[in-house]
Amino acid sequence: MFMESRTLKPKGNLVIHIEGVTKEYKMGEEIVRALRGVDLSIYRNEYVAIMGPSGSGKTTMMNLLGCLDTPTSGKYEFNGKNVATMEDDELAEIRNKEIGFVFQNFNLLPRSTALQNVELPLVYAGISGEARREKALAALQSVGLGDRAHHKPNELSGGQRQRVAIARALVNNPSIILADEPTGNLDTKTSIEIMNIFETLYEQGNTIIVVTHEEEIARHARRIVRLRDGLIESDRLISEMEFAKV
Amino acid sequence: MRRFFYEFSESCQIAYAQIMANKVRSFLTALGVVIGILAVTLMGTAINGIDRGFENSLSMIGYDVLYVQKWPWADNSRTWWIYRNRPDIKTDYAEQINRIIENSPRTELVTAVPQGVKFAAVKRGERQVNSVFIMGTTEEYPQVSTVDLKEGRFFNSTEERGARQVCIIGYDIADGLFPNESPIGKTIQIANFQCVVIGVIEKQGKFLGLFSFDSQVIIPLPVLKKYFGNSRDSRVVVKIKDKNRLVEAKDELTGIMRRVRQLSPEEDDNFAINEQQAFKSTIDPIKSGIALAGLFITGLSLFVGAIGIMNITFVSVKERTREIGTRKALGARRRTILMQFLIEAVAICLIGGVVGVMLAFGLSFALQAANFPAEFSLSLVMSAMLASILTGVVSGFAPAYSASKLDPVVALRYE
Repeated sequence: MFMESRTLKPKGNLVIHIEGVTKEYKMGEEIVRALRGVDLSIYRNEYVAIMGPSGSGKTTMMNLLGCLDTPTSGKYEFNGKNVATMEDDELAEIRNKEIGFVFQNFNLLPRSTALQNVELPLVYAGISGEARREKALAALQSVGLGDRAHHKPNELSGGQRQRVAIARALVNNPSIILADEPTGNLDTKTSIEIMNIFETLYEQGNTIIVVTHEEEIARHARRIVRLRDGLIESDRLISEMEFAKV
Repeated sequence: MRRFFYEFSESCQIAYAQIMANKVRSFLTALGVVIGILAVTLMGTAINGIDRGFENSLSMIGYDVLYVQKWPWADNSRTWWIYRNRPDIKTDYAEQINRIIENSPRTELVTAVPQGVKFAAVKRGERQVNSVFIMGTTEEYPQVSTVDLKEGRFFNSTEERGARQVCIIGYDIADGLFPNESPIGKTIQIANFQCVVIGVIEKQGKFLGLFSFDSQVIIPLPVLKKYFGNSRDSRVVVKIKDKNRLVEAKDELTGIMRRVRQLSPEEDDNFAINEQQAFKSTIDPIKSGIALAGLFITGLSLFVGAIGIMNITFVSVKERTREIGTRKALGARRRTILMQFLIEAVAICLIGGVVGVMLAFGLSFALQAANFPAEFSLSLVMSAMLASILTGVVSGFAPAYSASKLDPVVALRYE
């Protein structure tokens, strides 16, 4: 197993630093060791795909990276802050300010308009009504949905829904955008659209982490981390030449 | 703080949207609270009404008068035959008491008024009212009474001393005997003698139909003595100067009565000095007993309503587990989620409460029309609102708390 990332030259500041992280679950009588000692560092403005077959610990990894869960043991620093031992509400604060989530099934609130959905993280951040609307509208415009602001999710296509979710993830200027199978519920054409948005966001300087099992999707990233049986199997950069071929 | 405000207004919007999205469910749940609040509020109006009835009766007894009687109004410490064997109170005592008062420069008492009491039928032509409270008294009666006249006048000292057959009648008597005319100047028959009506007493209202001051006739004391003889139920009513010095006045009157009765120091009092307070102290426990039992029973229906709210909030939390997960992922804290569901529960309860109070308001008129004492008040509305908010908080707390404790990882993947 080679850990190329350690030898990589950092592009920017260190955002995520994980060292010797393990995660264990109790499933009835059995203890499942989903992660068995993982080291990973992600720098500002990286585009990372985390891959692996089901049962590889991919989902657990995504929960930990997203501060939805804390590790059983090991070190996790987010922007230099130790999040491994944080309480629920402190984690909520990190999620609100530092992480933009994009889910496979969009997870939009069905009875709220696109605008209201995008405003939600700003509500929890305590931003006033007017500033909220302004920022949310700007985020929607950046994903090309400025004219759909007052539509409810069921009035939007799948691709449009996912774009609303991306706008929602962007709206608080997070340190990372964490996408979990973002194209899993979309057809090929729409998938390409969505991946183009991620590409643009990356070019604008955002840090993007995509968790996926699809090679097609992973190929958009500049670095691919492969998990197997709770360990990192490989972690490699895609050279510009390699990327251009795709 | 600002953040709390935004979260609060957001929660209110969510609650509104949620109620609108589940109209039937919200309506049915609110109905439980409506019935609960309706029952409690109606009970409240009844208690208010009973209170007012007692208050009216007590004010008719008078706040600044003492009653010299054979029997005490409130005393269970001694056996009844001691009271029965006491000598009767004579109306003549009033004169003796007044003489003593006149000779006491620093007295707490104003004047003593005798009252003789009989029950008799009152007739006029074909119309008759049975067992009317006939009271014989002196021209000073208005001093010790809170009763006002609707029309006419009270008898004067000439009429009293001369045993003129005049009378003042209560509202119900006037209504019963003179349905379509003014009774003033007309003659009525009391038992076996005739009297001219010179005054009518203002309607006093009755209390739960037990006793009505509206069915009484007041005549000069000499007239009562002449036709009924000496009344065994006589009493002397004494007006005092200052109702805040009731105890002193009572002590003074006790001393005077002991002189009148010529009791030696070792003898016990063989009379009772009664006052409104003593009456009140026997009534109050009954009153609060009624109130407590009534509120407890009606409170049960509110409790059932609260269970309904709790149930529906649990359902709502379950249904929206994914939503809770999403909100948490986006940075909602525990208290935000807690508040969201609490506000939803409270909102349904408040709607129920408002409807319940409005229904109770309407129904209290129906109760009044049915001659049942019912009284609506602003404080009742306030307490009903408070009760519904409290119901919402108490019943919504358990489900809201369980929602706030949800693990975002589990909630996000909940199917």
